Amino acid sequence: MTEKKLLRKPIKAAKQLGEVMRDYSYRMDRISKGEEEGKIAWCTSVGPAELLCALDFEVHYPENHGAMLGSTRLAMDYIPLANAIGYSPDICSYLTSDVGCYLKGETPLSRAYPGIDSVPRPDILAYNTNQCRDVREWFEYYGREFNVPVVGINPPHGLREIVPAEIADVVQQMKDLIPTLEEVSGQKFDIDKFRESMRLSRECSELWGHVLGLARNVPSPWTFFDGTIHMGPAVCLRGSQRANDYYQILKAELEERVAEGVGAVEDERFRIYWEGMPIWGRLRALSEQFYELKSCVLVSTYCNSWIFSAFDENRPFESMAQAYTEIFINRSEPVKERYMEKLVEEFKVDGIIFHDSKTCPNNSNSRYGMPQRLEKKLGIPTLTIDADLNDLRMYSEETTRTNIEAFIEQLEERE
Amino acid sequence: MSQKGVNLDDRYFAGLDSGTSTTKAVVIDARKGILGSFVRRSGANLLESAEIAFEEALKRARLNRDDIEYVVATGFGRRSISFADLSKTEISCHSRGCHHYFPEEITVIDIGGQDNKVVKLDAGGRKTSFKMNRKCAAGTGAFLEEMAYKLDVPLHELEDLARKSSKGTELGSFCTVFTATEVLDRIRGGKRLEDIVRGLFSSVAKRILEMDTLTGRVIMSGGVVAHNPIVAEIIGERAKKKVEIAPHPQEMGAFGAALFAAESQAAEPTQENLLPISRR
Ligand code: SF4
Repeated sequence: MTEKKLLRKPIKAAKQLGEVMRDYSYRMDRISKGEEEGKIAWCTSVGPAELLCALDFEVHYPENHGAMLGSTRLAMDYIPLANAIGYSPDICSYLTSDVGCYLKGETPLSRAYPGIDSVPRPDILAYNTNQCRDVREWFEYYGREFNVPVVGINPPHGLREIVPAEIADVVQQMKDLIPTLEEVSGQKFDIDKFRESMRLSRECSELWGHVLGLARNVPSPWTFFDGTIHMGPAVCLRGSQRANDYYQILKAELEERVAEGVGAVEDERFRIYWEGMPIWGRLRALSEQFYELKSCVLVSTYCNSWIFSAFDENRPFESMAQAYTEIFINRSEPVKERYMEKLVEEFKVDGIIFHDSKTCPNNSNSRYGMPQRLEKKLGIPTLTIDADLNDLRMYSEETTRTNIEAFIEQLEERE
Repeated sequence: MSQKGVNLDDRYFAGLDSGTSTTKAVVIDARKGILGSFVRRSGANLLESAEIAFEEALKRARLNRDDIEYVVATGFGRRSISFADLSKTEISCHSRGCHHYFPEEITVIDIGGQDNKVVKLDAGGRKTSFKMNRKCAAGTGAFLEEMAYKLDVPLHELEDLARKSSKGTELGSFCTVFTATEVLDRIRGGKRLEDIVRGLFSSVAKRILEMDTLTGRVIMSGGVVAHNPIVAEIIGERAKKKVEIAPHPQEMGAFGAALFAAESQAAEPTQENLLPISRR
């Protein structure tokens, strides 16, 4: 067997991405150290970011930090520390790696950005349990540690249809956050600033949706694995112009690839949907395996979760409540299935891989028979991989490799 | 260079299955008949083990390495077999082998050293679905080995012991280590050894039945059922379905690999693959 040299197609915009994320991290660090004016809020990734931006908070996202811990595999050093103080190995491994990292007084930010030696100290923590309850427990922990206020939104769960009463409830919960946010920020809430941050966020969401949508092209100009890296600004900087400027650059590059018929995977043969969390510590290995198998993982519920089509600056509260409540993870099985069916068709998907993430039942959709139902309905095969977002103790390299290889062999048999 | 490939009877292929506990080699001719095979423990050096198994299978086939046109490797160590021309997963190879004998809609159950597979095939031999056991080795060959050790019973005596029992002891745990504790507890509670051993096989059967439904004709392969056919009976009883054991179940993966070798496009005689392997 001859080893073929891999021809990787790096995305040039990664350089600008690095700069954007670096500036963002250093700015927060300066505020945290008191070298610059400002306040820091910690927010869940699909939390009320735009409200925080409207009050000029710089926003830190513990989930983003969790993903860094996963991709650097440092999570494995930290998870046991959180386990030891009573945070079970069965709960969110973002939470356990992040808390463990805090207990050890370290952060992967130091490696990436010299001079930063801790996560920015929060002035307030704001969560939304639209994704799971773990985020609340996570934020409550830090609320106690830093002795700062913890505010949050607890929307209704697992929704099939979303009725006006539910939106009204969430709107009220959002408005109820304002007095505390005003107090901590020392600013008066300004509806026009809020509208502006909603407008910027909508633009960001549209741009992000557009670049993800470019993967509809055959061959796809980029992969899910690229997406998990380039989503940084959509998660951390939406509501600010910085994110939108970055996505213009990425958009131009990917559109150029499409125009030239350049695919991310050479001789793309199969097009795969990734459902569920990334396996952060194995993104590279997985992306290389798919590359060798000439298969492109090009669409995912995960990356799509930061497209908020409902955002509308003319109805800022209602549309934010709508957008953050109607997210995939907060929906019923039939709604999720319809959503996936549509993407499978639009992206010309040959097969779906479900990641059953041990510590994130909330974002593991293979547990109630969905793969079997979709197989039947769509006539395409599915594969379920047992792993975890951060905790590699739950991961068997060889089993996963073999499963993926066999899945591609199954797709070959159907050609 | 001889003119191999001109005469069908003069073309030979091999499959190697480098498993976690044993390595299997099978040599076939172009008519898909087995000329020689060999099974040995894999040990730590997978490549060396594959070399030896291959040589032994060749000896039994009365052939030399240079007579073999194409080699396909499969199993856990497939990528370590550097002399193979191609590798395929064990999921595909067991399926290919079973489809050869049962060209109809089947469910293949393979119990190996450290993994279990349930694969569904349509009448054309295409996989319609496949499942592998989750992370742990509960219900695999490794589980039985561990229990035989704990019970201080030679592995090959498990089958006969279990056959002396009419009612197995129920063992509830998923986990191999916890099952060992449960077993000790049962012994202390006065349960008969044969009932416990039957209970162990039932627990293997349960792990399989949790993985998927059984549809079409049900065929078993793998080392565990080769040495312990009682597992097929217990699965059949529990599923209320006839469960058959494939011919040469332990070598099924290697046989499937050899079939792929024979069918591989590259197996068409070309200047390249007519060269002896050593000179390619
Ligand atoms: S959705 Fe999953 S990964 Fe995200 S915070 Fe909740 S449990 Fe953790």
